[in-house]
Amino acid sequence: MATAFKDDHAGAHTPVHSDAVVVRFAGDSGDGMQLTGGQFTLSSALAGNDFATFPDFPAEIRAPQGTLFGVSAFQINFGSQAIDTAGDQPDVLVAMNPAALKTNVGSLREGGLIIADTGEFTARNLDKAKYTTNPFEDGSLAKWQVLAFDISALTMESVKPYGLGNKEALRCKNMWTLGLALWMFDRDRQPIIDWLNAKFAKNQVLADANIAALNAGHAYGETAELSGPLKQYHVDAAPAPAGVYRTVTGAESISYGLVAGAQLAGLKMFFGGYPITPASAILHHLSRLKEYGITTFQAEDEIAAICSAIGASYAGQLGVTSSSGPGIALKGEAMGLAIMTELPLVIVNSQRGGPSTGLPTKTEQSDLYQAVYGRNGDAPMPVIAARSPVDAFDCAVEAVRIAVEYMTPVMLLTDGYIANAAEPWKVPDLEGYKPFPVEFLEAVPEGGFKPYARDHKLKRPWVKPGTPGLLHRIGGIEKEVDTGHINYAPDNHQAMTDIRSAKVNGVADSIPDQIVEQGATGAKIAVVGWGSTYGPIAQAVRRKRAEGVDVAHVHIRHIWPMPKNLGDLLKSFDHIIVPEMNTGQLKTVLRDQFLVDAKPVNKVSGQPFTIAEIEAAIESALS
Amino acid sequence: MNDMTPVKATSPKDWETDQEVRWCPGCGDYAILKAVQRTMPELGSTPENTVFISGIGCSSRFPYYMETYGFHTIHGRAPAIATGVKLANPDLDVWIITGDGDALSIGGNHTMHLLRRNLDCQIMLFNNEIYGLTKGQYSPTSRVGTTSPSTPYGSVDRPATPCAFALGSGARFVARGFDVSKNLPEVLKAAHAHRGAAFIEIFQNCIVYNKDVFEDFAAPKGAEDQQLWLRNGEPMLFAKGAKGIALDTEALTLKVVDVVEGDWKSAGVIVHDVTNRSVAHMLVEMRFGEFPMALGVLYDDPRPTFNDAVIAQNVSASAGKTADLGKLLAKGQTWTVEDGHPEV
Repeated sequence: MATAFKDDHAGAHTPVHSDAVVVRFAGDSGDGMQLTGGQFTLSSALAGNDFATFPDFPAEIRAPQGTLFGVSAFQINFGSQAIDTAGDQPDVLVAMNPAALKTNVGSLREGGLIIADTGEFTARNLDKAKYTTNPFEDGSLAKWQVLAFDISALTMESVKPYGLGNKEALRCKNMWTLGLALWMFDRDRQPIIDWLNAKFAKNQVLADANIAALNAGHAYGETAELSGPLKQYHVDAAPAPAGVYRTVTGAESISYGLVAGAQLAGLKMFFGGYPITPASAILHHLSRLKEYGITTFQAEDEIAAICSAIGASYAGQLGVTSSSGPGIALKGEAMGLAIMTELPLVIVNSQRGGPSTGLPTKTEQSDLYQAVYGRNGDAPMPVIAARSPVDAFDCAVEAVRIAVEYMTPVMLLTDGYIANAAEPWKVPDLEGYKPFPVEFLEAVPEGGFKPYARDHKLKRPWVKPGTPGLLHRIGGIEKEVDTGHINYAPDNHQAMTDIRSAKVNGVADSIPDQIVEQGATGAKIAVVGWGSTYGPIAQAVRRKRAEGVDVAHVHIRHIWPMPKNLGDLLKSFDHIIVPEMNTGQLKTVLRDQFLVDAKPVNKVSGQPFTIAEIEAAIESALS
Repeated sequence: MNDMTPVKATSPKDWETDQEVRWCPGCGDYAILKAVQRTMPELGSTPENTVFISGIGCSSRFPYYMETYGFHTIHGRAPAIATGVKLANPDLDVWIITGDGDALSIGGNHTMHLLRRNLDCQIMLFNNEIYGLTKGQYSPTSRVGTTSPSTPYGSVDRPATPCAFALGSGARFVARGFDVSKNLPEVLKAAHAHRGAAFIEIFQNCIVYNKDVFEDFAAPKGAEDQQLWLRNGEPMLFAKGAKGIALDTEALTLKVVDVVEGDWKSAGVIVHDVTNRSVAHMLVEMRFGEFPMALGVLYDDPRPTFNDAVIAQNVSASAGKTADLGKLLAKGQTWTVEDGHPEV
């Protein structure tokens, strides 16, 4: 969709119609670009566009001003038809300083529009951005359209009546820029004005100044349109099923999905977390939802976070913990305890670039091995992966279902991209979700009570401490079959290892068959993905199929155990490529499980795949 | 547990499991187990409402021998598991069983934070100054110069003082006892009566790897001279009342004074006030040898508990709100698509 933005002139006051536009706001990390992007997203949503966003920010909270590593960007792709990715190449780049221009202009589509604040292009800032000459003067921007003017000065002018200090006045720059963007894309200003009034409810002067800046940016568009490259565009509402919509980020939808899951299970939820990027947002969201029977606990470390959740599950609540790669590594031993004691637990892993601290704010899918294999001993655990912010809701519900129906920890994989990105969401009808109420064992069953007796799913009973007559002890030492007593005997360990494995494999009986997203079983080539690569793969396959290529898209939610038909399905394709933001982890699992010739397509730059990259991979695999 | 529910009387036998006890013959743990099983019937708890949670180490096998609910967890993490258990069900009577390595080395962080938060539970730290289950390495409470498989030339690092660690972490109840002491049930009862985190250090004789390391004060012979049993409201006397603990007002430290003909007052002997935090800091730091070993309840001054605060906030934050997820999802800046088309 990224190429649909037209730059042909259509005359003043007649917005050019466009199918889809990609806009990237880039500035210093203190410039409020995430806020600007977020509000522009809201405006796109209210205009009925489909959209996908990509917040891309540094790990430093306030990196030194003007530096290349301190640039924070927010990209949005919005359109009048289905949007699956945040767009390969921006059509419009808003650059608030030289560093933002330097780090982002390379991805701008040829002929695209640069909007830049010349007020920030001082000798000092050019130097910080490692420009030896001013890019507006040296011809290096010739392949793009440039609209460079002093946004800083215009902002200062617009907020003059409010008597703000220099610093505070300049902080309104982002709203001035947002005003201009709202004009460019024919958007209503009122929702943003309402938001500003609410945000600065305790400081009306700041609210008024920001609104004045917003209005001034908007007015500038109207005036400047008469000459130069600035034009107004209109993107129609995208077709969508009737219903109530909202925007949602992955972190929000996972939080809501966990709440829904707990309600469907009839359980209170205990969430143990420890601050870590990009997973903290889930802790933040859930801590505000206490009326849903949720206790949140910010633990002293990652280990205490999972252990407290295990303790809560032992006591009869739904234990949930969440982290990102480094924290998940710390939780490994405790996951083994939950596997050994067969207690339900949901572990959310918002993956980021690794190893070690790696890339805290950048996305990656490199924890698949850790999720499936990363524990001591033979420690099988179901793993599911969300493909998008919206999909994360259902995945969270599914994780809770598996955890309580099989008495097992479950890992839910998401990533930094999904956690932060927003997309429109048709608010789900919760009546459509089938409840899976938990039944605790409350009395001695016929034949006597055995803590490790099993039902047809190999699930052991869940007994809440406090229940008379069912006193028992559990622990991390190998359990005796049925009784749960300590038992190190060779035959017993073999039997228990087999049971734990069979129980987790049995989860496959409760999950749907793998479907083919696009294309047909037996296609010449299948693009097999998981997680947040869904968007670029779906779009690339759609384009290739439009060109007549016999290509299918398979996207795996259930990473472990896998759907029962997956092996046969994969064997039906002539070629299989597996694009992943890692060095080939799902590829290895597929080869191991099904002996298929899955070929890796890898990217570990901290950035999502572009559609073009997937298209190129399909072409290359067929050549 | 609901205070109105009458508790069925139990005997020590009711708190014993049918499991074979697997500690070394002669281990101090047996005596502690017996003391606990003897004490439980007097606490007004029921076995089903009682949970013993342990980490890893010899002491941590304890839950298997108690006819209650029990969770033998992983090394150092019992306080974290216990926090989840107690927050999920505050009616449970939670006991943590741990050792010097488990609580102060690998699990030091959790111990500190549990005490700081003041979770309502009892923490029994069995201190034998050695790693027993891994065959005798020196521990964070081993004295300097302890020779062990990992320190063949003697340990060189200074040991931690568990009660000082607890008090420094913010504990509101700190007590000491030892395995074969007849006073141990009395200390356990006081710990149980305290609402909040009750920390009890129990010196425990590891007869295989650190035999009789506490004999200096724990041996029956000479015990009167070496043990200072602290009781609230009573003067700090030992050696059959011939000696006492007084404040050296010049050095601002404690000192041992002689008491002549029972006149402890004129000797300046301090009356033990379990709520005096300053004196508690001095008591936990009293060096054995120069002083007797301070035993019993060193400090007991309750504060609101973590679990009560969490539950109270859950209740107040929920007041007047309904848990309607459907409504929550449709709240805020939403938009409606009418006569929508199916998605392409």
